[in-house]
Amino acid sequence: MLETLGSLATGFEIALQPQFLAYAFAGCVIGTLVGMLPGLGPLAGISLLLPGTFGLSPTAALIMLAGVYYGAMYGGSTTSILMRIPGEAASVMTCIDGYAMTQKGRGGAALAIAAIGSFVAGTLSVVGLMLLAPPLAEFAIRFGPAEYTSLLVVGLIVLAYMSGGSMPKMLAMAALGLLCGMIGMDVMTGYARFTGGATELRDGLGIVPVAVGLFGISEIILSAAKAREVSVRQPKLRELVPTGAELKASVGPIARGSVLGFLIGIIPGSAHIISSFVSYGIERRLSKTPERFGSGAVEGVAGPESANNSAASGAFVPMLALGVPSGPIPAVMLAAIMIHGVIPGPLLIADRPDIFWGFIASMYVGNVVLLILNLPLVGLFIQVLRIPYRYLYPLILTLCVIGVYAVSQSVVDIWIMIAMGFLGYGMRKLGYEPAPLVLGMVIAPLLELSFRQSLALSGGSYAIFVARPVSAALLALAVVLLALSVRIALTQRADWRQHLGLEERA
Amino acid sequence: MERAPSAAPGTPPSARGGLRDDYVTGAALALAGMLIAWQAWQYPIGSLAEPGPGYLPFALGIALGVFGALIAAGGGRSPAFRWERFSDGLKGLAILAGLAFAALALERLGYRITIAVLLLYYLGVVERRPWITTFVLTVVVALGSHYLFARLLRVPLPIGMFGF
Repeated sequence: MLETLGSLATGFEIALQPQFLAYAFAGCVIGTLVGMLPGLGPLAGISLLLPGTFGLSPTAALIMLAGVYYGAMYGGSTTSILMRIPGEAASVMTCIDGYAMTQKGRGGAALAIAAIGSFVAGTLSVVGLMLLAPPLAEFAIRFGPAEYTSLLVVGLIVLAYMSGGSMPKMLAMAALGLLCGMIGMDVMTGYARFTGGATELRDGLGIVPVAVGLFGISEIILSAAKAREVSVRQPKLRELVPTGAELKASVGPIARGSVLGFLIGIIPGSAHIISSFVSYGIERRLSKTPERFGSGAVEGVAGPESANNSAASGAFVPMLALGVPSGPIPAVMLAAIMIHGVIPGPLLIADRPDIFWGFIASMYVGNVVLLILNLPLVGLFIQVLRIPYRYLYPLILTLCVIGVYAVSQSVVDIWIMIAMGFLGYGMRKLGYEPAPLVLGMVIAPLLELSFRQSLALSGGSYAIFVARPVSAALLALAVVLLALSVRIALTQRADWRQHLGLEERA
Repeated sequence: MERAPSAAPGTPPSARGGLRDDYVTGAALALAGMLIAWQAWQYPIGSLAEPGPGYLPFALGIALGVFGALIAAGGGRSPAFRWERFSDGLKGLAILAGLAFAALALERLGYRITIAVLLLYYLGVVERRPWITTFVLTVVVALGSHYLFARLLRVPLPIGMFGF
């Protein structure tokens, strides 16, 4: 424990340096805007900002991108509460009771509760990250290729299971993502696959054009088609103070949301989205007056907002401890530090304590910055929402072109972004989730390499995947989840995901 | 996610006929899976004990085909497939056409001209904003963003045939 505190003190020495404070502040401001504006979620926002971090140190890049991530979680609540427009998907649940509170003249209090909940959850989850990641990394040092293969396979299956919806659709998207990740040179032999002779594709598809296309461009197409002028009511500063009863009612949901969000964050999936849905469902079930939900229950704001912020930090546990992304956003952030020559994995914390502990400390700082940004300055941010979307989206598209081109100075990436935008639009219309596709694409090279290395080590015997205890346990979990999904599909029974509103009822 | 209402649970199977979303997408995925598997089969497959570069893509192509078939097989409960649901697709195509222009022009015309034309197109043609506003915004954004990215953030931006 003393060692942890000592390391944290070193982290604060780094995070409180003026330049890192400035990057954390910039990330939080950009993130808040990204969270507020429809058509620019955290994934597209982080992807677009990636080229701007090339000139920074890996610590600065990570601090700024993380600021964007959890800043978007804070910012998303503003539009949800004041306008009933979720700036990003994790704020969908906040719309329900947050907007109802606004209609009752309690919008300011809802914003304050959301910001306080986010601050508490964000801070508690960083403590969790700080305590959990180092021992997990120490344990994972013993992992060989077989364990990594099983871990990546189970990660994809958990993602498909947790995301709700149809398991075959999720697995199809994961398979498609893995195939996209295999475009280009084979990791072991250098053999070119699916390139169609294009030399630009020999290095594979870049994560940035794929993420910006699937999440950003498709969202812009959908939003631009239904763009309408919106009226925003700006709450007065004194309205931001919640009543004693509202604060008391929020304590439990904030505490539960913090723990729940962190735990869901560690599990692969779009954790920040899932956690807010699960938290809302749990608060409604625990409430003695569930009929208030939907008409302005403060618990319906406090729980989901705390959960999505906590999940954002939880998602960093597998990323920093194992070097394995638990979802598309950590995947892009891993790409960001790899560009700087930092090798992610269990040795990261031991080899580069400056990055890990500087990052942890910056998250404490970032949460304070966001609390300040999102309470007294909320009026300033609301002005951005007054810009009509028909002016805003051409500017966002311009950013997309610059951001995607700048990664590798290649127009091929812009074509990939266009194709992915088209694909993402079709997927959203037809009920397919893009997250497994992106995650599959990112982990494909690591999965293929560890799979073939495992077979090389075992002399071609597949028993290696079940002979090693950790690998066997992970595969057993994958089989159980698949079996559960098959059972639900065959019996048409409602499972826990439906009870919590995660899955469409048939 | 935008979904049309699905068939009611109590609807008799006969009333659930016609083309449905999951029939179309499942069949498309199954076909894509088969094509990918066929393409991967052309690469060195190796053996079960020593997989080659084509091994995993082949297996994943087959898996994609199977998942596509499963989606199509269970598609009776999915929403009816209607082209009207894609009525916003025309605006989407207009947006993608602008991006396609950017891809074609960026390295030929250079950053500033390409972005200026792109904004004129989106604001003036697609959104029919007043020309004065469109023109002012176009000039400010094309030159301002170049200054921000190329000068301040030192992001390398393309220079076209006109030398800027």
